[in-house]
Amino acid sequence: MGCDQIDGFSASDSSWDVTWRVSFKCACVGWGGGGSSHDLTCRTWPHGTPRSSSLQASQRRPYRSFSQALKSSSAVFCVLLTATAWNCAIMASPYLSGWSKNRPPSRGEYNVYSTFQSHEPEFDYLKSLEIEEKINKIRWLPQQNAAHFLLSTNDKTIKLWKISERDKRAEGYNLKDEDGRLRDPFRITSLRVPVLMPMDLMVEASPRRIFANAHTYHINSISVNSDYETYLSADDLRINLWHLEITDRSFNIVDIKPANMEELTEVITAAECHPLQCNVFVYSSSKGTIRLCDMRAAALCDRHSKFFEEPEDPSSRSFFSEIISSISDVKFSHSGRYMMTRDYLSVKVWDLNMENRPVETYQVHEYLRSKLCSLYENDCIFDKFECCWNGTDSAIMTGSYNNFFRMFDRNTRRDITLEASRENSKPRAMLKPRKVCTGGKRKKDEISVDSLDFNKKILHTAWHPKENVIAVAATNNLYIFQDKIN
Amino acid sequence: MAGAEGDDSLYPIAVLIDELRNEDVQLRLNSIKKLSTIALALGVERTRTELLPFLTDTIYDEDEVLLALAEQLGSFTVLVGGPEFVHCLLPPLESLATVEETVVRDKAVESLRKISQEHSPVDLEVHFVPLVKRLASGDWFTSRTSACGLFSVCYPRVSSTVKAEIRQHFRTLCSDDTPMVRRAAASKLGEFAKVLELDYVKSDIIPLFTALASDEQDSVRLLAVEAGVSIATLLPQEDLEALVMPTLRQAAEDKSWRVRYMVADKFSELQKAVGPEITQNDLVPAFQNLLKDCEAEVRAAAANKVKVFCENLPEDSRETIIMTHILPCVKELVSDTNQHVKSALASVIMGLSTILGKDNTVEHLLPLFLAQLKDECPEVRLNIISNLDCVNEVIGIRQLSQSLLPAIVELAEDAKWRVRLAIIEYMPLLAGQLGVEFFDEKLNSLCMAWLIDHVYAIREAATCNLMKLVEKFGAEWAQNTIVPKVLGMANDSNYLHRMTTLFCINALSEACGQEITTKHMLPVVLKMSTDQVANVRFNVAKSLQKIGPVLDSSALQAEVKPVLEKLATDQDMDVKYFAQEALSGTCPLISLTFKHTFS
Repeated sequence: MGCDQIDGFSASDSSWDVTWRVSFKCACVGWGGGGSSHDLTCRTWPHGTPRSSSLQASQRRPYRSFSQALKSSSAVFCVLLTATAWNCAIMASPYLSGWSKNRPPSRGEYNVYSTFQSHEPEFDYLKSLEIEEKINKIRWLPQQNAAHFLLSTNDKTIKLWKISERDKRAEGYNLKDEDGRLRDPFRITSLRVPVLMPMDLMVEASPRRIFANAHTYHINSISVNSDYETYLSADDLRINLWHLEITDRSFNIVDIKPANMEELTEVITAAECHPLQCNVFVYSSSKGTIRLCDMRAAALCDRHSKFFEEPEDPSSRSFFSEIISSISDVKFSHSGRYMMTRDYLSVKVWDLNMENRPVETYQVHEYLRSKLCSLYENDCIFDKFECCWNGTDSAIMTGSYNNFFRMFDRNTRRDITLEASRENSKPRAMLKPRKVCTGGKRKKDEISVDSLDFNKKILHTAWHPKENVIAVAATNNLYIFQDKIN
Repeated sequence: MAGAEGDDSLYPIAVLIDELRNEDVQLRLNSIKKLSTIALALGVERTRTELLPFLTDTIYDEDEVLLALAEQLGSFTVLVGGPEFVHCLLPPLESLATVEETVVRDKAVESLRKISQEHSPVDLEVHFVPLVKRLASGDWFTSRTSACGLFSVCYPRVSSTVKAEIRQHFRTLCSDDTPMVRRAAASKLGEFAKVLELDYVKSDIIPLFTALASDEQDSVRLLAVEAGVSIATLLPQEDLEALVMPTLRQAAEDKSWRVRYMVADKFSELQKAVGPEITQNDLVPAFQNLLKDCEAEVRAAAANKVKVFCENLPEDSRETIIMTHILPCVKELVSDTNQHVKSALASVIMGLSTILGKDNTVEHLLPLFLAQLKDECPEVRLNIISNLDCVNEVIGIRQLSQSLLPAIVELAEDAKWRVRLAIIEYMPLLAGQLGVEFFDEKLNSLCMAWLIDHVYAIREAATCNLMKLVEKFGAEWAQNTIVPKVLGMANDSNYLHRMTTLFCINALSEACGQEITTKHMLPVVLKMSTDQVANVRFNVAKSLQKIGPVLDSSALQAEVKPVLEKLATDQDMDVKYFAQEALSGTCPLISLTFKHTFS
């Protein structure tokens, strides 16, 4: 499969190979004995996959070509790991050898670009409430200069971070020698102006703004508007609109809190801005419905302009119906025409022009329908799986249990199950399609539903906006897979 | 040694230079703020060749440091050798104009605009214009947004070929891919139009304005409204109808409420720009629509403009337009569902009475005022009360007083202390307009009740209010109505009320004058020095210090001093402290006057 064929994937042969994996073992991500949590400099990865020496050399490549390459390929995407206690934003940028606009990328190698601590655990004294440092969402901002910007949020506080590179250092002091010894102040005969000299590339993350105190409930989504000056943040009952440069004020645009909390029947589970139309956003609810609002119509968007709901099939109604129909993620396609929602067992693609039913429905792990009772007992039924589109909207991907993740080709209607695990993914190994046995006799290579490990779940996945490169977060590992290149 | 002397003077400068990159941001900031000292010590030559190249690359720093740097560079011309070398300042400012922080970029652009005036016409074309072009075609939108603010300063001073290039660059930026740049271009469109020749305004600016006003992004369209107002001021009356009005009409009916809000917000500027004829034909119906808009934010913005709009209507037809077109809409707004709309209206509606005159006010406006005075939202009532003076001039306040009183009483007893606070602040104004009789009869008891409010801020405001009332009604009035009541509180069982007496005395002593203070207030204060609560006692000390200047010397010497001396030996630490403070504060006064009387 050539690189020019980047829309869609081939389900017949599993042409995804592992290019890089990072393990989030305690020893890897901890900040070390001496390092403070504000240590924002780039760290080399102590216990990652073995890297070739050429990769390490690449870190000293001149920074200009580095950021140019980033710009030309937009090859920066983010994966969020929440399963670990250490919350890190990770930027994976491709190893640059042979990477250019015209030539297909060589077999990629990835290195950690920067790690930093975004939030610290806090305590709300007024409500006697512990606020975890756990990050709920990360969103990149459109690039505005050589630095990268991202929004990260925990349950209550949203932060804007800048990740920038520095490759020059000032040299020459008046009161000190080159080796740091103090000079006699009375023997200064001339003034020296410092000179900037090149140095090793350093990546810094610095907090730029803190948007706090606007959410009473837990924030579940943040989404940057296409006007590039506002973003919205959603908690269980409210959605707020912020200006990226104003931290002391936000506008509440949706409030579904009933006057009497006992009448509460649904909560907001996710919200997203339209990728092209600055006035449109959607939010999904725990009842499996999606509301589309137009911010032009009114300052308060309590009244939706579209309401997407699939009528329930009475034959499959059960105790769990409401729980499994809760939407855990909603994503607009890049084109802005469709949106995709993930509920517990399926992924649905909706045409924005058709409200009464989805245009496509894909079963992610239908075989779990018989196991809902035990999944309810071990709380897995409340897992929030995310989903994502590929760059051309022709394929979608979402996670499952047992370190499996699923891909669906929208044109051919074919699907594939792949596994992200240490055991069967050596670097550059090809991924084998996996199959779950759904009753009857188990064939060779098949896995029985009963032997699935529900502790190994893939909740977060990301697809590169231009290339066929994906990132999959499996508990405390991040895998990056790349389409096979001949 | 001569050399050593020179070295000594270099030392502080050396420290400043080294601190340019100290780890402490505050030290770096201090150093940057003294950049002119450094430059002066280095001399113009080294400033140009060493300091500025260093600063050009110092864009990694904290925003506040960069902001200070951008500001400093705007007045650096002399330090690099005068206007001849001013172009040396361009590289550092250029790099500052590309940082992501808007305040820094804006400051860099401001400084660039400032030093552009110091360029000779030749330098402007050789150095400044190329910089503008570089920024305008930069890779990142930050540099392109900065470029938008620089076109208008160089355009008037360059040759016609360069002018054509500049216009071309501006056109390109107006159709930039990113909304940020289009927003920057839209916000500078009016300013750029002002420096262009009229023909180019018509041929270049109008199409750009039309395009931006129909941009797909709401945030761009709303900025175009403001540009439209500036463009309208530039064009001759006969061109307005064809070139600007269609676009503005469309903006007033835009699908997005934010754009309509902007039109409402800029309505009085727009009205001035387009002149009376278009106002009458176009703006009046547009304004009616905005007052009836489906979005409350828009109605509120329009309601805010009612008075100014009516004021600026052409005089001959003003009354008819208001009576037939505006007033019906205003009547509806009085019973609007949204309280922000009502309170916006309440803050301006009284102003209409001066425009409409006595008869119309009584017939048409008075019912509206009365309705708003009974509104359920306190802010609406407060806004009406705060603007009573306009009506007073036209029809006299008596017409309103019947309804006014219940409204005031209700606000005075509102459960929210901020509302009570607001009405207290209007009391002196109301008292002045209603007259002393009305006040004594109806409002005096309210003012007294506030003194024992359970919120300190209210009690404090109430004391201040009493002082203002005394200033208005005079000492005699005070002695008859206020002072007995205030002094009565000195025997209250609640120590907070006893303290309020002291606070009132502090506030009133000066306004009441020496006689009342000495005869009536001083004995009460002195008596309270034996209060069992320490807080009261040290407030006695404070009060004595405060009223000291009002008293005559014999009273000070005979009555105040012994009491203070006694308090200075109090067992409570704070009482002692404040008594000593008072003694040292008033004693110079005591001894001075003492000497004076005996010499």
